[in-house]
Amino acid sequence: MKFYRSHVLVCVDPECLNKGAHDVMDALQDELVAQGLIEEVQVLETSRIGGCDQGPELMVYPEGVHYSNLTPDDMAFLVEEHFLKGRVAQKFVTEEKVFTDEELSAPTAKEIRVVLRNCGKIDPENIEDYIAEDGYQALGKVLFESTPEQVIDEVLKSGLRGRGGAGFPTGKKWQFARASQGSPKYVICNADEGDPGAFMNRRVLEGDPHSVIEGMIIAAYAIGSSQGYIYCRAEYPIAVKTLRIAIEQARNMGLLGKNILGSEFSFNLEVRMGAGAFVCGEETALMASIEGQRGEPRPRPPFPAVKGLFAKPSNINNVETYANIPQIIFRGAEWYAGMGTEKSKGTKTFALAGDVKHTGLIEIPFGLTLREIVYDVGGGIKDDKKFKAIQTGGPMGGCLPEGYLDLPVDYEALTQAGSMMGSGGLVIMDEETCMVDIARFFMDFTQDESCGKCTPCRVGTRRILEILERICAGKGQPDDLDTLDYLCAQIKENSLCGLGQGAPTPVISTLKHFRDEYEAHIVEKRCPSKVCKALIRYEIIDGVCTGCTVCARNCPVNAISGERRTTHVIDPDVCIRCGICMQVCNFNAIVIN
Amino acid sequence: MAVNEKDGKLVIKAVQAAVDHYGASQDELIPILNEVNREVGYLPSEAFDEISRLLRVPRSRLFSVASFYRMLSTKPRGKHVIQFCESAPCHVVGGREVWQAIKDFLKIEEDETTSDGKWTLVTTSCLGLCSVGPVMVVDDDIYGNVDPAQVPTILEKYR
Repeated sequence: MKFYRSHVLVCVDPECLNKGAHDVMDALQDELVAQGLIEEVQVLETSRIGGCDQGPELMVYPEGVHYSNLTPDDMAFLVEEHFLKGRVAQKFVTEEKVFTDEELSAPTAKEIRVVLRNCGKIDPENIEDYIAEDGYQALGKVLFESTPEQVIDEVLKSGLRGRGGAGFPTGKKWQFARASQGSPKYVICNADEGDPGAFMNRRVLEGDPHSVIEGMIIAAYAIGSSQGYIYCRAEYPIAVKTLRIAIEQARNMGLLGKNILGSEFSFNLEVRMGAGAFVCGEETALMASIEGQRGEPRPRPPFPAVKGLFAKPSNINNVETYANIPQIIFRGAEWYAGMGTEKSKGTKTFALAGDVKHTGLIEIPFGLTLREIVYDVGGGIKDDKKFKAIQTGGPMGGCLPEGYLDLPVDYEALTQAGSMMGSGGLVIMDEETCMVDIARFFMDFTQDESCGKCTPCRVGTRRILEILERICAGKGQPDDLDTLDYLCAQIKENSLCGLGQGAPTPVISTLKHFRDEYEAHIVEKRCPSKVCKALIRYEIIDGVCTGCTVCARNCPVNAISGERRTTHVIDPDVCIRCGICMQVCNFNAIVIN
Repeated sequence: MAVNEKDGKLVIKAVQAAVDHYGASQDELIPILNEVNREVGYLPSEAFDEISRLLRVPRSRLFSVASFYRMLSTKPRGKHVIQFCESAPCHVVGGREVWQAIKDFLKIEEDETTSDGKWTLVTTSCLGLCSVGPVMVVDDDIYGNVDPAQVPTILEKYR
């Protein structure tokens, strides 16, 4: 592999091409040849450097300087200044590099990027980029300097816990798989990231697939496996494509297949796509799906490490768990264990979604508080509205109100608070959210995704959903809350898998922290946040209304009546609560009650 | 609803291509079903017959698996399929209004196809694009940051 002292990335997006990017690139290369620098400076094509209206533009690494508004004639000066004299050619520098990545901004002060370190910075379809960032060094170390037992020891020492949500110590899991009798053994990656609002895994698979592949090869060496599967959900077609390209490139380089890197160790890896079933994120359902069956969970024990895929010992871990492994091996377990809290070591990616200013992916060490995440990292509530609740852990996680903002985030703390870590989705809700509607919404989701195998989940979630829908429709009954308490407890205790066990959690947590909202819906038939359509009324204020008739003319169901220049009236029985009248009123005379 | 003869041949061809690609093994059932669904638009009865024959798997098992997974359809679908993300993060940033706008514009409900056979509307699980919600997918095209006013413009592109 050739080493250059500098790389120049020229943007060839359509806008830049239209402005002559290729002419600039040719001129640059000609100039570099003329100055005898072509063996030292590599010129490459790239995309998405910056603001599109500033092209043609390019980036020079390792300095990271961004030059824009370039013409072919500028190249002689640029090469002389930058590459011969070693100075930044100021006249071509834009003031600020504009980040066009909506999902992953530059790290904020409190973040530490381990898993996300390469995302957005390397070309995921070029294995050499990954190798240049110390990629596959860990694998080399493992294959030639360590025994499988030593590898497992290192992972145990790091304190890494499963990042899929359960948080089981990864080193221990590998130990069980290694100790199990049976052959062949399988290594599986759970890339069925189904939690709504969670897209960390997706980004890693699309942006840094080799970190996962390398982690899996190391795991396979540790447990004695020669065949692996990455089960990726069908809703992530780009991730599937990127993985397949990465696997092909790794194979071509001798990093997968027979006798990896010339060692005695062989390992094959295959991508399997899901077909749209949230429950296939549950490990036993996932394995059933790979076997070509309905994705229905199985009772455990036996655990996958003993009897998993095709009834053989299998190690199954989440994308993020594997992505941490190369760094842990390369930089050492002590480095990793130096971050985080006593029982939750290392970092975790989170996806901030909802009513927060900066949505997107973050990665922080365990121990930061929810307040720090929402306000320091997330920038606070959108439009500076008031914080109401934060849901952690996905659709089976709990909603925590303001009083929990100073909770340090780690596995134990969140579970004790009545929620869970889950995969790392954080949905932030402001004062205009109805918590009963949210509970109903999540129950709708889990009910739909229930596989149907066990009665408590299949029937129980449906009953809970029916009650919540009735409450939101203004038909709540006095004993509904007691019934909900009872049903939730039963389903949680008696369901076969994590989906059923966790499905009641949003309901339980909102009943605990926002019971008054439920009571308002049931007793007063009122929705305090003015969200539930059946419980709100659009009313025109007498004294403010000028009788201009604009609202009446725009109402799609003719619910508004009134003479010109007299206060208009909305008939609540006809009104469908679409909100158009409020939008078109020029006098702010319409309110929701 | 049985496909007509010309379409029947298409279905058989699609099944055979999928089985050639993945191999005639029961473990490969889901990749095969995925590919046929993609090629034909859904999984007609003729597809089950052919897969059953080639893989030596009972039809009931095929139907059991196909009906479990959301992205496989045993009903015919329209020329264009709209998948709308129904998950919480899209929902809280205006997804509800966009969903209503799509239903109003096409005059159909979830899981229905327009009478001219042009559009099928389904919901999808979270696509992982929550940063740019609300998200709508038309065939293979992904649209983010959708607001209700954009719906007619986006759908017009598929005339």
